[in-house]
Amino acid sequence: MSATIALHAGSLEHAETASTREPAWVRVVLISIALTFFAVFLLLPLGTVFAEGLRKGWAAYVAALVNDDAWDAIKLTLITAAIAVPLNLVFGVAAAWSIAKFEFPGKRLLITFIDLPFSVSPVISGLIYVLLFGAQGWFGPWLQEHDIRIIFAVPGIVLATIFVTFPFVARELIPLMEAQGSEEEEAAVVLGASGWQVFWYTTLPNIKWGLLYGVILCNARAMGEFGAVSVVSGHIRGQTNTMPLYVEILYNEYNYAAAFAVASLLALLAIVTLALKTLVERQTRRQLQEIIEPSGE
Amino acid sequence: MSIAIRNISKQFGAFKALDDVSIDVPSGELVALLGPSGCGKTTLLRIIAGLDFADSGQIVLDGDDASARHVRERHVGFVFQHYALFRHMSIADNVAFGLRVKPRRERLAEADIKRRVKRLLELVQLDWLADRYPSQLSGGQRQRIALARALAVDPKVLLLDEPFGALDAKVRKELRRWLRQLHDEIHVTSVFVTHDQEEALEVSDRVVVINKGKVEQIGTPESVYDHPATPFVANFLGSVNLFHGRVEDGHLHVGNDALALGASEGSDGKAVAFVRPHEFDLVPGWDEQGALAARIVRVVSVGPSAQIELAHGDGKLIEVSLGRDAFRLLGLSEGDRVSLRPRHIRVFPTDALAA
Amino acid sequence: MTSVKRYSPLPGFRLAMGYTLVYLTLIVLIPLAAVGTKTLTMGWEAFWAAVSSPRVVASYQLSFGASLLAAAINVVFGLIFAWVLVRYRFPGKGLIDSLVDLPFALPTAVAGIALATIYSENGPVGKLLEPWGIEIAYTPNGVLLALVFIGLPFVVRTVQPVLGDLEKEVEEAAAGLGASRWQTFLRIILPHIAPALLTGFAMAFARAVGEYGSVIFIAGNVPMVSEITPLLIITKLEQYDYAGATAVASVMLVFSFVLLLIINGLQGWMQNRHAKGA
Repeated sequence: MSATIALHAGSLEHAETASTREPAWVRVVLISIALTFFAVFLLLPLGTVFAEGLRKGWAAYVAALVNDDAWDAIKLTLITAAIAVPLNLVFGVAAAWSIAKFEFPGKRLLITFIDLPFSVSPVISGLIYVLLFGAQGWFGPWLQEHDIRIIFAVPGIVLATIFVTFPFVARELIPLMEAQGSEEEEAAVVLGASGWQVFWYTTLPNIKWGLLYGVILCNARAMGEFGAVSVVSGHIRGQTNTMPLYVEILYNEYNYAAAFAVASLLALLAIVTLALKTLVERQTRRQLQEIIEPSGE
Repeated sequence: MSIAIRNISKQFGAFKALDDVSIDVPSGELVALLGPSGCGKTTLLRIIAGLDFADSGQIVLDGDDASARHVRERHVGFVFQHYALFRHMSIADNVAFGLRVKPRRERLAEADIKRRVKRLLELVQLDWLADRYPSQLSGGQRQRIALARALAVDPKVLLLDEPFGALDAKVRKELRRWLRQLHDEIHVTSVFVTHDQEEALEVSDRVVVINKGKVEQIGTPESVYDHPATPFVANFLGSVNLFHGRVEDGHLHVGNDALALGASEGSDGKAVAFVRPHEFDLVPGWDEQGALAARIVRVVSVGPSAQIELAHGDGKLIEVSLGRDAFRLLGLSEGDRVSLRPRHIRVFPTDALAA
Repeated sequence: MTSVKRYSPLPGFRLAMGYTLVYLTLIVLIPLAAVGTKTLTMGWEAFWAAVSSPRVVASYQLSFGASLLAAAINVVFGLIFAWVLVRYRFPGKGLIDSLVDLPFALPTAVAGIALATIYSENGPVGKLLEPWGIEIAYTPNGVLLALVFIGLPFVVRTVQPVLGDLEKEVEEAAAGLGASRWQTFLRIILPHIAPALLTGFAMAFARAVGEYGSVIFIAGNVPMVSEITPLLIITKLEQYDYAGATAVASVMLVFSFVLLLIINGLQGWMQNRHAKGA
């Protein structure tokens, strides 16, 4: 069973004996390749961000972050995430509840649809909203008449962000809730619990780690999304710049130190995300273990 | 409270899970639904609880038609096969759950809830586990907590789905005796599902044997064991030897042997006969009339009885069980010829087997 | 809606399902349908002209070619990573295991400018490579490099759990029957993880084809040479060529959907194999 659960691999250790061990030189070579690749491809870019950000000294670094444009970008990024994440959270819970706890035809198709945004290029994720709400789009004329701006404005950025982060929570919860089954919920219903009571007292405590995991990933992507947001933003400084877009502008203006200073904030976000993710993975794995092989039996 | 199950049918796609099932469970009885896996017994239990709905038929609880009633309003206690304890709640909170989710005006004061939980935990003899969590309990303890949780809301009916299914053999035996005692104390009308005939016969007041969605027989453990109504019941309850033969002139002809039947047994024609291993008399030699001529193949003489495997006629194996001392007195060993005289034969016309 | 589903005593199906469908339709399905209708209204000739112009074809070649190559490279290195993480103990393993997901977590624009800086002529690695005549930044090599970066976690994370599931006894049995370590790997382990490798490859490929942020800073974006398809879509949009942008996008969308179906099929295959093996 454990194989079918989309468990996030972590340190799945493998005990070994002499007969299943490679010669020492093979191990050394493989580990060296992995370490080199890791250093060059992962560690170096991460380090570069901070090194370049601080190249002109601490004062320049702070100055790059503490100014109106940077602050506007940070604010818009936070606002966008604050709208997109809760919406996708509610959606994810609703979708997982209906898919994992009920039997109905077309379930697999629905799951495929939910996964769609992941397979769409970020650029196209932005384009589709331009086609809907842009000046030449379906609703363009009507929006212009009523003086409502969606594209090249904040609503477009929020919409594109919702789209690209759409599946995160749902796809974490669906396999988790399917693995947990419905017996606890049924027990609660038999004992007289109402709909919300069933959810609050039995389901939610069981999915809280998976939920948190989905939210963390969803948030990281919402704050870091570049391609989709770039298409719908129009790059109006101070109005429609999120942090990643602001990084691009600074970089294209050859203001490298400032670009990397802002980028370092996003890199910090990534590091915090990974740390939280590792933590939550440990919790969910423990929880899943309890379902698969309850202790004391 | 009594339960009346009237003409329940249920279909899953092309599969007929329950086919016109009717059962009456009188108030205060402990009834076992017994059958092989996939026979529909769990579906029936879930329909009684309201966890599932029948395509047709009625569930009458205490004289009222409850067929359309939601599970919340049926006031049943349900013990799930895998207990379904709330993982994240302490044992005491698990038991208190049903009391705490009641609407405010019906809810007991917290102190009363605590008192009641304590009493229930004492009833299942696990009050010392109140602050533990389900994952820290053994299977047998979880089962008893599940029962206490179900009883907390004062159910009119207690339904148990394979209550001992997930336990090892020793705990099973203990727990089943304990369940019987508990039922004698609290006398709540109870229905439990099992595929284990020993369990059904030992614990229940009455056994309902179900096969392929249909009721085969309802009766006390003695009556279904001693007087099976159908070949399926004869075969399913306890080990049994099966013979194919013909009934003629009050005799069952098996191979070259003829066995005398009681006056009421069997009508002429092809028939199947069942004889339990302990219902044979053994006589050394092949001279006996009205008996099966057989040869001893193997003897396992461990414990209170001897299990004897014999070959009859064309090689069909027959199992016989005899008191160990009685067998020793006969002075028989492997390879010897013996005559087998059944004390009790149950005969069914062959076409009954197909049903 | 409730009539087609199996009865369940649990509440909230109608509410949850209703919300799911409405939200899905509004956020995903209708906007995606806009690409379809826009494409359908432009007429075949205009469509064909838009998607087959030399510049567009050159961008396909770069995007698909570099993505395929990057995914293949990721299969090799991803397998090594997964292998090392599952089987060996070495210092820094925990850190590596956590940071493998960095390409997922790091905003693509940040990755893009970092890679561009590192591999430009004056960058720490670009400087080392320049004497050898190897140029990475602002050439198709840069595109490839960025795509390898973002695709790595897909292969590692699909292979890792499957490799961890492989029972040690199976390998011991193979060794007991006289197989060398290399034979055991080729005949026992590789077939076991092949579906996972393939899934990881397809996922890395799908992601790479659509990738934008991490590529454009390092690619140089020279038309016909180092211009990826997603960038071309943006370029067309900026020129107010909505129809052209949509046509190219629809080609990519169809391609992505087909890949998605293939990936789903592969995952189903993997699950079935494991269900049978368990």
